[in-house]
Amino acid sequence: MQTTFWLNNTLVSTDESPGMLLLDFVRKNALKGTKEGCKEGDCGACTLLVGDLKDGKLHYDAITSCLMPLGDAHAKHILTVEGLSLKDNLSPVQSAMVKFGGSQCGYCTPGFIMAMSSFFMSEEEPSMDTFKRAISGNLCRCTGYASILRAGEEIIALLKENDKLEQAIERIPALIDLEFLPPYLENMAAKVASIDAQPPTSNTDIFIAGGTDLYVQQGEKIPSLKVEILNRIPELKGFRIEDDNLIVGALTDFEAFGRISHVRKLIPNIDNFLQLIASLPIRNRATLGGNIVNASPIGDMTQILLALNSTLTLTLDGQNRDLAMADFFIDYKKTDLKKGEILKEIRFWLGDDKTRVNFEKVSKRKELDIATVCSGARFELDDTHTIGKAYISLGGVFATPLLLTKTNAFLAGKTICTQTIQESAEILQSEISPISDVRGSKNYKRLLARQLYFAHFTSLFPDIIHFKELLAS
Amino acid sequence: MKHIDAPIHVRGESLYVDDVPAPEGMLHAAIFGSPVAHAKIKSLDFSQALALEGCVKIFTHVDISGENQIGAIIEDEPALAIDDLHFIGHPIAVVVARSADIARQAARLCQVEYEVLKPIVHAREAHDKGLFIAPPRTFSIGDVENAWSDCYLIVEGECEIGGQEHLYLETNRTRAIPQDGNKIVLFSSTQSPYAVQKTAAKILGLPEHLVEVDVKRLGGGFGGKEDQATLWACLAALAAHDLKRPVELVLNRVDDMKMTGKRHPYSADFKIGIDKDYKIIAYDCEMFQNSGSAADLSTAVLERSLFHATNSYFIPNAKIYAACCRTNLHPHTAFRGFGGPQAMFVIESAISALAEKLDIDRSEIQHINLLKKGDPLPYGQCAEEDQAGKLWDAAIEGFDYAGRLEKVNAFNKNNFDIKKGLAFMPICFGISFTKTFFNQASALVHIYTDGSVSISTGGIEMGQGVSTNMMHFASRELGISLDRIRVESTNTTRIANMSPSAASATSDLNGNATILACTQIRERLFSFAASQLEGATKDNLELKDGYLFVAGTQSWSWEELVINAYLERIGLSAHGFYATPNVHFDTDEEKGRPFAYHVYGTALTEVTVDCLRGRYDIDWVGITHGLGRPINPVVDLGQIEGGLAQGIGWMTMEELAYNEDGKLTSHALSTYKAPDVFSAPKYDIQMIVDDNPVGPHGSKAVGEPPLMYGIGAFFAIRDAMRAFQKDADPENKSEFAFDAPLTPEKVLMDLHNDTMFAQRTTRDGPGETSLLFLNTKG
Repeated sequence: MQTTFWLNNTLVSTDESPGMLLLDFVRKNALKGTKEGCKEGDCGACTLLVGDLKDGKLHYDAITSCLMPLGDAHAKHILTVEGLSLKDNLSPVQSAMVKFGGSQCGYCTPGFIMAMSSFFMSEEEPSMDTFKRAISGNLCRCTGYASILRAGEEIIALLKENDKLEQAIERIPALIDLEFLPPYLENMAAKVASIDAQPPTSNTDIFIAGGTDLYVQQGEKIPSLKVEILNRIPELKGFRIEDDNLIVGALTDFEAFGRISHVRKLIPNIDNFLQLIASLPIRNRATLGGNIVNASPIGDMTQILLALNSTLTLTLDGQNRDLAMADFFIDYKKTDLKKGEILKEIRFWLGDDKTRVNFEKVSKRKELDIATVCSGARFELDDTHTIGKAYISLGGVFATPLLLTKTNAFLAGKTICTQTIQESAEILQSEISPISDVRGSKNYKRLLARQLYFAHFTSLFPDIIHFKELLAS
Repeated sequence: MKHIDAPIHVRGESLYVDDVPAPEGMLHAAIFGSPVAHAKIKSLDFSQALALEGCVKIFTHVDISGENQIGAIIEDEPALAIDDLHFIGHPIAVVVARSADIARQAARLCQVEYEVLKPIVHAREAHDKGLFIAPPRTFSIGDVENAWSDCYLIVEGECEIGGQEHLYLETNRTRAIPQDGNKIVLFSSTQSPYAVQKTAAKILGLPEHLVEVDVKRLGGGFGGKEDQATLWACLAALAAHDLKRPVELVLNRVDDMKMTGKRHPYSADFKIGIDKDYKIIAYDCEMFQNSGSAADLSTAVLERSLFHATNSYFIPNAKIYAACCRTNLHPHTAFRGFGGPQAMFVIESAISALAEKLDIDRSEIQHINLLKKGDPLPYGQCAEEDQAGKLWDAAIEGFDYAGRLEKVNAFNKNNFDIKKGLAFMPICFGISFTKTFFNQASALVHIYTDGSVSISTGGIEMGQGVSTNMMHFASRELGISLDRIRVESTNTTRIANMSPSAASATSDLNGNATILACTQIRERLFSFAASQLEGATKDNLELKDGYLFVAGTQSWSWEELVINAYLERIGLSAHGFYATPNVHFDTDEEKGRPFAYHVYGTALTEVTVDCLRGRYDIDWVGITHGLGRPINPVVDLGQIEGGLAQGIGWMTMEELAYNEDGKLTSHALSTYKAPDVFSAPKYDIQMIVDDNPVGPHGSKAVGEPPLMYGIGAFFAIRDAMRAFQKDADPENKSEFAFDAPLTPEKVLMDLHNDTMFAQRTTRDGPGETSLLFLNTKG
């Protein structure tokens, strides 16, 4: 099957395997500015921008090309560092990195330039906070980041002082004017729009959603398989509201999920939680459905969706069936999914003013690491101090993602107080069976389970629940 | 002021080994390594691998025509395994194929049958069994045995110190290209081209002049490519030389992490005594280095541990014992600091143990014992500058220590769940290769007739800015702008017998050699100009701003001077040679003057620990650093900040977890975590400028010393934990282990183990797969 897309300023049509990594493809095509660092999406040296058409305009997201199938580039615009550089001069971003010494050995640098470009191309208000989030997927072993952050400060100042940008209706032409971007980008949307969509494949060996875990696990095998790129099926994206329920397509990526206004209302802290979950380039690719179907006991988004008491809609040959999410997980990495069946939608109630949602996670590195233990919590309160229903999920302590049935049942109807929490924390311990692995010993995981359980209450009910009292016996 | 390569780095134009267009017919190699940590090979079966379409040939030790040996200091390491397998990943065979994918696939199809032997993974266990790489060594000063009776307080303790993955973003790689006349050229990502040349020649059975090594730049080294790049270059050379085709070997991340050694894990025991004024009277320390399965650079690393066992402190009576213990892990190797950081961690732990026993601020003991000019160190050299106290005082003043401490204490009083900690970390780090003969360097400077300048040295550009520094030196010596100067790749045909780019000494050694080469050319030009220009004598000439000045008056431009000299047949090339004067060390007496000078500094680290979740933030680090004279402030600052970040990573989140089978379970970036942008503290770095008569243009080495500032993070977190313990359970006098890295797991288990499990259990309960170096002694 032909994959057709714009690579920088060149139209590419290739019959290479759609499962091949985009990273390998661009390097094979003499674009050596994109580097391989880890092939796990953890270092960002291979960061590229993917321009996707929405309402006739291209929206660019940073992604790690070591986890993106070539086939997913179809009818998109792929930008590498070569395609972002101006013919003669350095762009202001490149100049700032040079000026402040943000590049030492240089190997990670193109990836940083790409991530920074996604930052200034985005419509978001530029700040150090958004800058850090934009480069959160990029590791640098030389600088300790200080010089890169100084470059960021200069870039932000440049963006802020520029009225042209503020007043621009179209951001890309304005950025071209300011020599942030090369001129050829101006007409790219029309060029990309002229590429025909591809029909879905048949007889596939493997389905790929975001690929952010699949390629880590099976990266060397996938290029030789017949793959189905699920992103080609537009029906699996987007969301709708029915009876105060949010129904969200399984192919919705984490970042898009976090931007849904209903989700932001239900989970006011969603941005902070997302920051704990993964770097921006990974969140741009990782999908809700992929996280669930992957069935990892430490899938962060899975814990949140479990705590939201979600229902899954699965589809096979046009036949839909609904399943409570908690019933979907059967054993370690085993689910109720039938052969050829696809997770189509996820549905959960949007709550009311008595709903409280929290997410807790601890990993070796505070941000952007795989959880040792993670936990979601949703409380439906009867009044400010009484729990109507509780849905607490816990990851990393059992073979599957776990909704704490007994603990949740115990909490129903209880007044929120130190004693209730201490008692239920004992029940919680009876529901879990962690094992020791590279992320932590089983004792540590038991302790973390208790601490994060406590943390739900100290975070959501800081006026009545205090850690000090929870510790006292 | 900038890093000279930065403008091409930011455009993605900088070429690393495998970015250069491949020569026609190039093949690719992958390594088949041992699946077990300790075994005897019974048989090998490559039939499936060889049957794979595109697999060309598989090389084992029998294909080595020269000597199958890569050990640089001690010859104990075959390039390819013969009968015995000594660590997981131990290279058995080189698989060569049409593409890298096929080579890796074929490597996975290789089979080895073996008889398993018991692996040894802990240094203490190897030490008990007498498994040494080399005889243990002891440094001593004064009379420790008799000094204990003079002490007011003596404490004993132990440390477990984890290793560290280098995590250069560019993994090890080499491209080998055969030439005519039996010669071979190796483009290698190595810090030590001469080690590659010498070893490849040995393995191929060739004289050294038939092996040329060329290095343009490294995507990070940090010591990881000082000795351990050699093997991969040799294996690529072996295949290319045999097949008469270019061969490229690029390790993928997982293979690189499994197969290459790291910073050495250490175990240590200490005993320390002070008098009533907190003066350290006696210090006895035993360090057990986990060297891995072969010597590599371990003995040299151990020596630097011995040199730095007392850090910045004067201790009149000290005995320091250290042993390289042979285990079944990958052979551990150089890493920024080179054994110094581990030794400094031990003395800081000892001081901490004293302070905690007395319930005083650790800094009270640190401060009163700082080195003064003339104080002898256990290895015989004296502190030659009064920098330790000066930089400490500068930190107290410059960072308002009193105000900070007050704020931290007030914060801790008002918060239960969250605590802050504040800790000092002074450093004193010796500069020079401790193997004295390495302290030599050459530079080759050409001036072309258009006035442009080309410099070759033995220095490797790995991001640390050595090329930029060389340009600054030449620019000042020749009075021309930086854009007239180019630093070439590092090549063994231009510079012979070069020392590795290591020991922080690259800029010192190669800079001095460059200055000497420039001086020769300048003197020739001045003699020539004196013969040509009216009023000119050799003594009244100056090169400045691109012009020759005669008695202060502008004369020929640099370009005119050069072309005129050329036409008069004046040599415009020079070779400069430098050897560091006055360094020596006697290993029989264990005394001498091994270092040209010391680098000093003080760090103050502030952290916040979330005692509910066990997570922490390194909020702020202030550093007063004795810089010497600056060469390029952007480069200097980058070295300090980058070194500090690595040091913090080593002390906090970077955990090499080995299981009892000797398997590294954190062998990928999904499991081994290095600092990201959110982990970066706020930095306040004050570079204190001073003259250094030994350094080029008065500069001091800056590569390694800043790493050790990171040790402060461990003790700051520890202080915050202690504040919590005092608050939550004042009766609890149990002490936390000196066990690095201080991961969130250790923090939380130390804080709450007792309230969770009713009694204090080990962090990793009995009967489980325990993580090595994680409180293994319970």
